[in-house]
Amino acid sequence: MAARPVVEARGIHKHFGAHHVLKGVDLVLAERELAFVIGPSGSGKSTLLRCLNRLEEPSSGSVMVDGVDMLDARTDLNHARQRVGMVFQSFNLYPHMTALGNVTLALRKVAGKSSAEADALGQSALARVGLADRAGHTPGQLSGGQQQRVAIARAIALEPRVMLFDEPTSALDPELVGSVLAVMRDLRQSGMAMVVVSHEMGFARNAADRVLFMDQGLIVEEGTPAQIFESPAQERTRAFIGQIQKH
Amino acid sequence: MLDTFANAEIARQAWPILLAGLGNTLLLSVVVVPLGLLGGLILSVTATSFHHPLVRYPLMAWVDFFRAFPPLVLLILLFAGLPFAGIQITGFACVCIAFFLNTGAYYGEILRAGIESVPSGQTEAARSTGLGRLQTMLFVVLPQAVRNVLPDLLSNTLEVVKLTSLGSVVAMPELLFQARQAQSLTYNPTPIVLAAAVYFVLLWPLVRLLSRLENRALAARK
Ligand SMILES: Nc1ncnc2c1ncn2[C@@H]1O[C@H](COP(=O)(O)OP(=O)(O)O)[C@@H](O)[C@H]1O
Ligand SMILES: [Mg+2]
Repeated sequence: MAARPVVEARGIHKHFGAHHVLKGVDLVLAERELAFVIGPSGSGKSTLLRCLNRLEEPSSGSVMVDGVDMLDARTDLNHARQRVGMVFQSFNLYPHMTALGNVTLALRKVAGKSSAEADALGQSALARVGLADRAGHTPGQLSGGQQQRVAIARAIALEPRVMLFDEPTSALDPELVGSVLAVMRDLRQSGMAMVVVSHEMGFARNAADRVLFMDQGLIVEEGTPAQIFESPAQERTRAFIGQIQKH
Repeated sequence: MLDTFANAEIARQAWPILLAGLGNTLLLSVVVVPLGLLGGLILSVTATSFHHPLVRYPLMAWVDFFRAFPPLVLLILLFAGLPFAGIQITGFACVCIAFFLNTGAYYGEILRAGIESVPSGQTEAARSTGLGRLQTMLFVVLPQAVRNVLPDLLSNTLEVVKLTSLGSVVAMPELLFQARQAQSLTYNPTPIVLAAAVYFVLLWPLVRLLSRLENRALAARK
């Protein structure tokens, strides 16, 4: 029996009023797989990720995560969302809490852990991103790279089945990008299934199983990093790759 | 002059009466401020959680109405009007209802602005970890919202404490009412002067605190 995909999204459409942003997107992610999504700004990459944990309500289509129908009204969405970790471009840490507080909030309030359990799990999540010694710091006392790693810890502490990254390094100073990518590489090595929207081609080359190129609400082309970066089949893909490699 | 406005003997006589009034003013404040905050919380959380026109417009109308309605008129209307509707309530209950309506609307607008000042990414992050709407509001949005509008909340609270003197018109024996009682007993304005001094001593620390918060907010914005 073939293993069940971790994520199985089919025929996703999304309209914002008259604006048709996703025009029938399929995304199937196997266990331990890393799918890397590229595409011009406004092509619908963020919207696609947000449809996977239903931060955005797809207009039509189906989304299964770990066998759970995310769009079914009977699904306990808050429970299901623990299975889908999300990391945002702007970190979105809670500024009024410490790093540990950020990581343990959902552990306590959603996963129902006691304070002591949550603290222990939170500490080990912070240790995994190399920030065990920053547990008591507030986001304002941390660098951008550290903040993003706390955000990753906040998600992985809930033991998700898949992690979604929406341009996790785009808001960072160049010298801080490496520490975040290192954590992501680590996570990948541990077998976490991941969907990564990013411009970090170097990371894609040595960590991605698959690269998907999106444009105007559609996945135009997908393949291995080598295929997409070196010999794209579509003219649009080639133009886009050429453009970002100039920078 | 001094004999008229700051007569020591009269001040001594009036002091116990004023003290009782001060107690009632404090009591009124600690009842009315939380009531107003509660009203404001209900209004602001509802307004920012439900964007349906059937919720939004009635809520806006409610807030506008009670912000435009002079609190003194509201209070007298309740006090004089409710008995005609067959409802017998004390002056204290009248003050509570009037303040719930009036200051609730003001606190509501302040808190709404605070909630809207919290970036939507905060809510998204919280919801993505499985927190429900109410949990997100309670643990993530509201603490930041309150912090962002703390000077406005405090300034409104100052106004509310001052407005408790309105209770005197419905025979609530708060500080101003008691001072006027003492004045009419002694035929001397000294008790009123004394009451003014008590108000000042009571509110001045709050005013100082407010100034400091405002300066800090200004500095943070630079
Ligand atoms: N909440 C929204 N309301 C209206 N339009 C939106 C909303 N979110 C995204 N869009 C639009 O959808 C399109 C795709 O956006 P997005 O998914 O953010 O693209 P990308 O992440 O690839 O840059 C854009 O044209 C954007 O303006
Ligand atoms: Mg985007």
